[in-house]
Amino acid sequence: MQINKLVRAATTLIILGLIAFWVLTIPGKHDPTELQGLVGSADRGALVYAASGCSSCHSAKGAEGEAMLILSGGRAFPSDFGTFFAPNISQSVEHGIGGWSFGDVANAVSFGTSPDGQHYYPAFPYTSYQNMDLADVADLYAYLKTLPASEVAGKPHDVGLPFSFRRGLGLWKLVFLPSGYHLPATGLNEEELRGRYLVEAMGHCTECHTSRNFLGGLRQNRWLAGGPNPDGKGKIPNITPHADGIGGWADIDVVTYLNSGFTPEFDVAGGQMAEVVENMKQLPAEDHRAITAYLRRIVAMPDKK
Amino acid sequence: MIRSFVKVTTATLLIAGVVTPSLADEAAIKARQGVMQIYAQNLGILGAMAKGTAEYNAEAASTAAGNLMTMMSIDQSAMWPQGTDNASMPAKTGALPEIWTTYPAIAEKGKALADAVAAMNEAAGTDLASLQGAIGTVGGACGGCHKVYRQKDE
Repeated sequence: MQINKLVRAATTLIILGLIAFWVLTIPGKHDPTELQGLVGSADRGALVYAASGCSSCHSAKGAEGEAMLILSGGRAFPSDFGTFFAPNISQSVEHGIGGWSFGDVANAVSFGTSPDGQHYYPAFPYTSYQNMDLADVADLYAYLKTLPASEVAGKPHDVGLPFSFRRGLGLWKLVFLPSGYHLPATGLNEEELRGRYLVEAMGHCTECHTSRNFLGGLRQNRWLAGGPNPDGKGKIPNITPHADGIGGWADIDVVTYLNSGFTPEFDVAGGQMAEVVENMKQLPAEDHRAITAYLRRIVAMPDKK
Repeated sequence: MIRSFVKVTTATLLIAGVVTPSLADEAAIKARQGVMQIYAQNLGILGAMAKGTAEYNAEAASTAAGNLMTMMSIDQSAMWPQGTDNASMPAKTGALPEIWTTYPAIAEKGKALADAVAAMNEAAGTDLASLQGAIGTVGGACGGCHKVYRQKDE
């Protein structure tokens, strides 16, 4: 009798726990009314595409020039949790996103949710893109529609348990998916706010320039202070206003870096940053100044010794 | 007797086989890094004018661009021996093994830099706007190699 009661109580708890887990990990989606009437412009979308750096990950490895617009995917992103492969996001209906509605793209970008209602891994920086204005996402959607289809099949991610259990990502999102921006808007002028949007949302600078904890969450108290490269090679630079970062750079040095890749020593950006600079070059000069203005407002941090 | 002979021979082999070539390799690495520094210094002169932190001076700009032309004419083939990549000599160089495994792809990128520098050489002494127009292509050509052949910032 007593044991029967215990078993019943334990079963109830487990069922309640599973229900709670299920509810807490439901992938987020836009309310369809939010998306109504939003029609994007492909012309403006080209700039959103550049600022968001889509091709840096989704084009084929080694692609240059026009080939950067073929979003066949396939690049490998090694991490502590396994290796992620960028998916095909070209206009192929079979292998890419040619059949996706605007809502599908918006749910992916804002919530990291796939059209069939699964969580995406945060290798896809929806953690940053969630702050993008839906009008910009609509422009991006219109622009993506103008790009070619590539019939290259995507590769499955090479990720083991427990990370291969996607529903569990819902818990990760609860803990690490920030709501809103890192830097509060209070006291920021219009230029700094634009810079915040470019750095924290579209440019997703923090996905590389902020180090991560053992669960892959960003260390908010080391914002943009650099750290080890998750690829295992070299270091990601500190870009805070500290002397270890870019505190010694004049504003014009930061602007020049963004529009040309030249550092104040007249070295030239390499690696992934060279591709970022190719994207940044396409933005207007006031955006380069806005990014610079934002970077002056974040907390100065020394490198971690 | 035999044992000490073995020791001496081993030591000699070690010195001959490891130390000596690595000194030559280090010299090659230093030489090519020196070339890069001379590029950087002259680009710095042109870049300061382009971004307005130094006043435009046609003569100084021409001289700097001329130096870049001279540096481009240096035959670098002896500066890139096999085994001087960052996998073999990690603390010494950021040169990725792909330089050697994908050769001659790098030569094509070198051609892009040569063309960009030649255009800069034409433009630098003309006026500030021409200089500003030419420097982006030079930076792009530098980045063309750094992107794929150099270890990212360390």
